[in-house]
Amino acid sequence: MELIRTEDQELIAKTTADFVSEKSPIARVRQLRDANDPVGYSRALWKEMAELGWVGLVFPDSFGGAGLGFAELAVVLEELGRTLAPEPFLSTVLLGGQALLLAGDEAAAKAWLPRVCKGDAILALAQQEARSRFDIDAVETRAERSGTGFRIRGEMIRVLDGYVADAFVVVARTSGGPRDAEGLTLFLVPKGARGLEVTRQTRVDGRNAALVKLDGVEVGADAVVGAPDAGHALLSRAIDRATVGLAAEMLGGMEQAFALTVAHLKHRQQFGVPIGSFQALKHRAANVYIELELVKSAVMAAARAVDADDPELPKLVSLAKARASDAYVLATNEGVQMFGGVGMTDEYDIGFYMKRARAAELTFGDAAFHRARWASLSGY
Amino acid sequence: MSELERFRSDVRDWLEKNAPAELRGRPGSELEGVWGGRRWKWENAAQKLWLERCAERGYTAPSWPREYGGGGLSREEAKVLAEELRRLKLPPPVIGFGLTMIGPTLLAFGDEEQKREHLPRISRGEIRWCQGYSEPGAGSDLAGLQTRAADAGDHYVVNGTKVWTSYADKADWIFALVRTDPAAKKQEGITFLLIDMETPGVSVRPIKLISGSSPFCETHFTDVRVPKKNVVHKVNAGWTVAKALLGHERTMVAEAFGSGGGAGGKRGTLGERAKFHLGSENGRLADGVLRDQLAQLEMDTHAFALTLQRARDAAKAGHQPGPESSIFKVYGTEVNMRRQELLVRIAGPQGLGWEGPGFDPEELATTRDWLRSRGNSIEGGTSEVQRNVIAKRVLGLPD
Repeated sequence: MELIRTEDQELIAKTTADFVSEKSPIARVRQLRDANDPVGYSRALWKEMAELGWVGLVFPDSFGGAGLGFAELAVVLEELGRTLAPEPFLSTVLLGGQALLLAGDEAAAKAWLPRVCKGDAILALAQQEARSRFDIDAVETRAERSGTGFRIRGEMIRVLDGYVADAFVVVARTSGGPRDAEGLTLFLVPKGARGLEVTRQTRVDGRNAALVKLDGVEVGADAVVGAPDAGHALLSRAIDRATVGLAAEMLGGMEQAFALTVAHLKHRQQFGVPIGSFQALKHRAANVYIELELVKSAVMAAARAVDADDPELPKLVSLAKARASDAYVLATNEGVQMFGGVGMTDEYDIGFYMKRARAAELTFGDAAFHRARWASLSGY
Repeated sequence: MSELERFRSDVRDWLEKNAPAELRGRPGSELEGVWGGRRWKWENAAQKLWLERCAERGYTAPSWPREYGGGGLSREEAKVLAEELRRLKLPPPVIGFGLTMIGPTLLAFGDEEQKREHLPRISRGEIRWCQGYSEPGAGSDLAGLQTRAADAGDHYVVNGTKVWTSYADKADWIFALVRTDPAAKKQEGITFLLIDMETPGVSVRPIKLISGSSPFCETHFTDVRVPKKNVVHKVNAGWTVAKALLGHERTMVAEAFGSGGGAGGKRGTLGERAKFHLGSENGRLADGVLRDQLAQLEMDTHAFALTLQRARDAAKAGHQPGPESSIFKVYGTEVNMRRQELLVRIAGPQGLGWEGPGFDPEELATTRDWLRSRGNSIEGGTSEVQRNVIAKRVLGLPD
């Protein structure tokens, strides 16, 4: 595994950076929020991203994807992360998309992935409940046999892009106790299904989420994604891949937040000098820089580990997410502090990065969760 | 067969015939091995034979020109030689600051006479060198050094004190930074001078650390007469020479900490040691706080190792060294210090021993290692200075 970018990856980075600077500046975040935009991202930009091949980047070309890897996707996500672009990569490409891709179910994959790659369909993974925190096995939503199919009853929360999704991959329990790894099944439920109630949630970082209530939603046997009663492995793999993608996005965000902060240190004058000349701030900035470089390495390694099917992948995912969580929060907390009073205003952008840092930290497991996971995987 | 492959095959043949059997499988380290010098005591005949044979072939200093005792090898050939030595797990025939520091410095800045006098003796392990930079009044502010070299016609008279001179009590020669022009701006009045430790007026005192004995010494110069031909490069241009060497030293220190990971020792990995000392429930460390700290340490160590790898991969691909290399010394040392703290905490009350009964050797070593590690953030450029460097050179923050 070589931790360098290939020429192709550098080209992808440049293309994405140019696109972002022209079409997705940080100002979009404020615009979408202030307009209370009904979609929460730009369908037109999503379509353009699909045409550029980014949406289908990691899907096989038989589905209309580019057949590339996470090393390439991480590059795209990092660039988009710099300006907090809210397009639904996490929900559609990484959570729902990977679940369908890895399930080994040709029919379901064929039904949805080509449309996903074209930018014509949004997927959401409904998997978190009120008491689950970061435990993917904490599922009380039940799916009971009903004729040849199933009836699903439960309440999912914080469903990313839930209110714009065309279909949901729902995790429900078909057997076992409320926190058992055994007994989970994934179901594909199209929007508008009878008994499906979707309510928009408003998040501190402005990203799209929904409450998804399933009140006796009936699905056929063909709605099962992957092996029935044995959904933990598929869910875990999909979430690990999504975590790598999120860490890549976080890397871009923290790099930009830091760049804004360093620029401020150079330009802001007090007491007749640039505040960047104060040693205390120099050292704190150096500390953030060190953390960023470590995250960069961890994200590169995790992305390449996905592509290499590396048995060390779960540890590398935890490493990337834990470090990215701590570093993004540090960079943005320091950023707001160093901007001083204006850092606390809504008018300045640094606050958006701080909010995104926190939200990202609390998604797919915070640093403490991942340290505990690393310890378990390491035998202690 | 390419030329390089033929070279490899020749090296292999030569090693088969000439590398003593008892040295195979004992690769040694940067700090353990044959330092050589006038007072060197051989541990066994094989060591002596190995050095003599390698020196004759130029393998002690493979990349140095042949006329100075080196092997005259190209970079690729030197790499091949290193690989073949590693393959048989052979120790380097001789180690020390002669090979790693003053040798390359003389090749870059020395005159012909100096190269001919000093380099062959380094390559044959006959002369051992130490470094005289820091002074009691000049640590982080090295340019503020005061050891005076007064012009006395055809020689200098040197007076002053150097401190933290590693192995000065065992070395034959010292390369020192001395002040030749007290009136000039401080960096512009410094000269790089070579001094024979047997010159009258040179005296050495070992320095004991909080961790016990150490290789560090104080070196005192009292009216030491040094011929002017021992000036390297130019008078008052010593700072240029020193800067080149300092950068090199910092990389070496950083890479030494970079390998991090794997506690080794009889009780195995950090996790295993922790479980042994603190107990576990269902395979899980009973102390949740320590479990979290342990995971944090291992993860940080791994992230650091990945960053070192990233820099190496970039270098291999021919890229210019990136800004990430500026974090190596500061981060590598601080991770190591956290590791040593954690090891002592894991040992618990058994970590408070100094020597004697009731403490096993590994516990005593843990305590000593922790004490010694407190110096890591100070030596080779303090963490504070490193952060100043990052702020200035990488982030471009104003003075």
